[in-house]
Amino acid sequence: MTTTVLPRVTYLNVRTTVASWLLTKDHKRIGILYLLVVSFAFLLGGIFAAGVRIELTTPEGDFVSADTYNRLFTMHGVAMVFFVLIPAVPAILGNFAMPLMIGARDVAFPKINLLSWYVFVIGFLFTLAAMLFGGVDTGWTFYTPYSSQASNSNVLLTGIGVFIAGFSSILTGLNFMVTIHRMRAPGMTWFRLPLFVWALYATSLVQILGTPVIAITVLMLALERALGFGIFDPRLGGDPVLFQHLFWFYSHPAVYIMILPPMGVISEVLACFSRKSIFGYSFVAFSSLAIAVFGFLVWAHHLFVAGISPYSAMVFSFLSFAVAIPSAVKTFNWAATLYRGAIWWRAPMIWVFGFIGLFLVGGLTGLFLASLGLDVHLHDTYFVVAHFHYIMVGGAIMGYFAGLHYWWPKITGRMYSNGLGTLAAMLVFVGFNLTFFPQFILGYLGMPRRYHAYPEEFQVLNVLSSAGASLLGIGYTLIACYLLYSLWKGEEAGANPWGATGLEWKTQSPPLPENFAQTPIVREGAYEYAKRETKVA
Amino acid sequence: MVSGIPLFPEQASTLAPEVDNLYFFVTAVTAFFALLVVVVVLVFAVKYRDRTGEKVGAPIHGSLPLELGWSIIPFFISMAIFAWATLVFFHIVRAPDQTLEVYSTGKRWMWRFQHIDGQAEINELHVPLGRPIRVIFTSEDVLHSLYMPAFRVKADAIPGRYSSIWFTPTQVGEFHLFCAEYCGTRHSGMIGRVVVMEPNEYQAWLSGGGSGMSMAARGEQLFQQLGCVGCHLPDGSGRGPSLLGKYGIQETLATGATVTIDDTYVRESILTPQMKLVAGYGPVMPTFQGLVNEQGVMSLIEYVKSLPRTGGPPAAAQASAAGAPAAAPAQGPR
Ligand code: HEC
Ligand SMILES: [Cu+2]
Ligand SMILES: [Cu+2]
Repeated sequence: MTTTVLPRVTYLNVRTTVASWLLTKDHKRIGILYLLVVSFAFLLGGIFAAGVRIELTTPEGDFVSADTYNRLFTMHGVAMVFFVLIPAVPAILGNFAMPLMIGARDVAFPKINLLSWYVFVIGFLFTLAAMLFGGVDTGWTFYTPYSSQASNSNVLLTGIGVFIAGFSSILTGLNFMVTIHRMRAPGMTWFRLPLFVWALYATSLVQILGTPVIAITVLMLALERALGFGIFDPRLGGDPVLFQHLFWFYSHPAVYIMILPPMGVISEVLACFSRKSIFGYSFVAFSSLAIAVFGFLVWAHHLFVAGISPYSAMVFSFLSFAVAIPSAVKTFNWAATLYRGAIWWRAPMIWVFGFIGLFLVGGLTGLFLASLGLDVHLHDTYFVVAHFHYIMVGGAIMGYFAGLHYWWPKITGRMYSNGLGTLAAMLVFVGFNLTFFPQFILGYLGMPRRYHAYPEEFQVLNVLSSAGASLLGIGYTLIACYLLYSLWKGEEAGANPWGATGLEWKTQSPPLPENFAQTPIVREGAYEYAKRETKVA
Repeated sequence: MVSGIPLFPEQASTLAPEVDNLYFFVTAVTAFFALLVVVVVLVFAVKYRDRTGEKVGAPIHGSLPLELGWSIIPFFISMAIFAWATLVFFHIVRAPDQTLEVYSTGKRWMWRFQHIDGQAEINELHVPLGRPIRVIFTSEDVLHSLYMPAFRVKADAIPGRYSSIWFTPTQVGEFHLFCAEYCGTRHSGMIGRVVVMEPNEYQAWLSGGGSGMSMAARGEQLFQQLGCVGCHLPDGSGRGPSLLGKYGIQETLATGATVTIDDTYVRESILTPQMKLVAGYGPVMPTFQGLVNEQGVMSLIEYVKSLPRTGGPPAAAQASAAGAPAAAPAQGPR
């Protein structure tokens, strides 16, 4: 590297008071604010998951009571879905990196960006309060009429939390969409945009169009629970299945809010460490949009055994198969990108390899569930649990960590230990498979999900699963350790430690408060490694 | 403790092998693609590894034929899976014509099964080997889901509606019966067993239960107690239409639409009579919501089913009038 002197003025040290952080309008700082809250939620969700896995090591319900168990898996789901998976990549990495990547000084509406964070925190506090004052036990899906009539846990408080947090997601989506339209540096045409930006754009679309629906649904649930409106409860003349339609109309697309941004991250990291342009750039870019749009048309695949007509089930099954194609296209393009690359095995790239392996299993097992004849047997069993963890944890979280390892030197100006980064990726990969692969088998055997106690014959597989979860826990803890350590003792990273092409690497690390000394002018595509004179610095 | 790890569930119904064959096919196809991608990624990652990080990759940007190939081929393969899976699905949801019917209600946290001959059981379901069985059920409170993994069938129990599953057991023995839809505290305790018996043992079991009245007879009793009989005269001269031989036929509504008189329709006629008026009749039938419970409604349905197409009192009604328990399973063709 040419320079190893840490830059004098950066967005981190320009002001250091607590107020300067809490009132910041700098997208980079806001990204870090999100990082703090989301990491806390991840820890919390992880602790709940540990409770679940300990309980399930024995067939009897002996570690915690049935009511506690039901609260544990519910709060695990709520914390992880609404406060980790949905915000992790867009709000942390997107906030930090996207304006840099398009050569902007900030997002289009910096104040709204800060507001989004506060809205998010307020939503989180409500949910946290619900958890502290006894928890919630409806499952993260809040199915009626259990949630509206039967449950005597903090459904309302949790609902309000989720409702509020939703607005943060909408605001971020709007902000990003306008930013991508209006704030691109000169020469940054649409087809020169990094694929992460394309993915964020598609995600924003889903956030803006989908999130209001969950907000309305939660509101209706609250009206029924608090004031006895008969919307979902058949005793009041409502329809319980209507809730499921509304819920999944958002929550299926929400899966894409969670997975599209990590897919974008994968494209960035993969291109960088293969020293190549992403194979089929426009196919990868448009597949994100296709997924975002078609993702809105498959919600009823969660209702195949919930009394919908067999013909509508057929249509939704067909569309669910169709939406799998763009994801397959992405995966093939990633694999092809490696062909004749110059593949540099650094820690972020190891996370990418892990992502590809796990996402592949997650995506392909989705085909089992889209198959009507198989879904009848598999619905609401551990097969489903395993499937969506492969997508959400194996895909989204692996992708998030790939991105965090990739941009960490840019965020902090410091390098972490590459060896430990690689080790953590491998630990997480092995631990993850050990945790969730047995659950596919459990599911086909017929073990239903959300069971506090279970028949004896399922024990061995459950013990394997819990063992894997311990390994996962160790892996995640390790990451926290070496990343935090790097803040003190990490080597200085320099502007471009990976030799990457993106604009974010053209400015110092950590960047200036205003990102670039001069607005960059873009003259080529995002991944023109080949045009480079073989060697950087 | 368990010896060995179970990897595959028992196949105990005619549907099970159908579902499993599909499962093997999908497993084979997906395993092939998973391995293909993993091998390609690993081979490339090793073959093109650059330890220095200073080289650059070949200037390759994409290939239209490849893109088309790996969009179209997976599309056709997935359509093959889709078609096969849909066929299997229609077998699962379409019951054959001749089934032995059992009614059930899910309630936190137990399953109650009601045989049409009168026997009722909790969390246990006795059925004969080799006969198609159809379980018609609803929920009395929140959502539940009736799931019998060995038969590969499942459907949600939804309050206010009927769902059904059917299966033909192919193996004598005891099999799990689970609630698959989360329903609160003792969701994981809402389990039981299906006992599949040789037909003659099943007959013995049926007559041994000795609970007395068949469902149709119980339904007839309700029909009188609740005053239905006052309006629904057999010759059609009452304020309501005659119900003789109505079950299973098409009814024309006041709106001009036609509906098939099935379990759900009869249920709605009793609980929300104003919703679907029969052509030519006014909205005079009162609702019986709160006056009759789910089991009562099911008995009334069974009674309506038992009413013959031509005049004359039904067999079940005669039996009950004589006060004798019905001995033979009195399920009729639908
Ligand atoms: C006050 C008179 C009255 C009483 C009592 C009454 N019904 Fe009715 N019922 C009607 C009328 C009138 C109709 C046709 C209009 C309609 O669909 O509501 C009808 C329709 C029906 C139908 C639909 C028939 C068809 O041909 O589609 C069923 C089934 C039925 N009633 C069952 C019952 C049962 C069971 C009870 C007792 C629990 C009962 N009714 C009590 C008057 C009555
Ligand atoms: Cu979905
Ligand atoms: Cu249940």
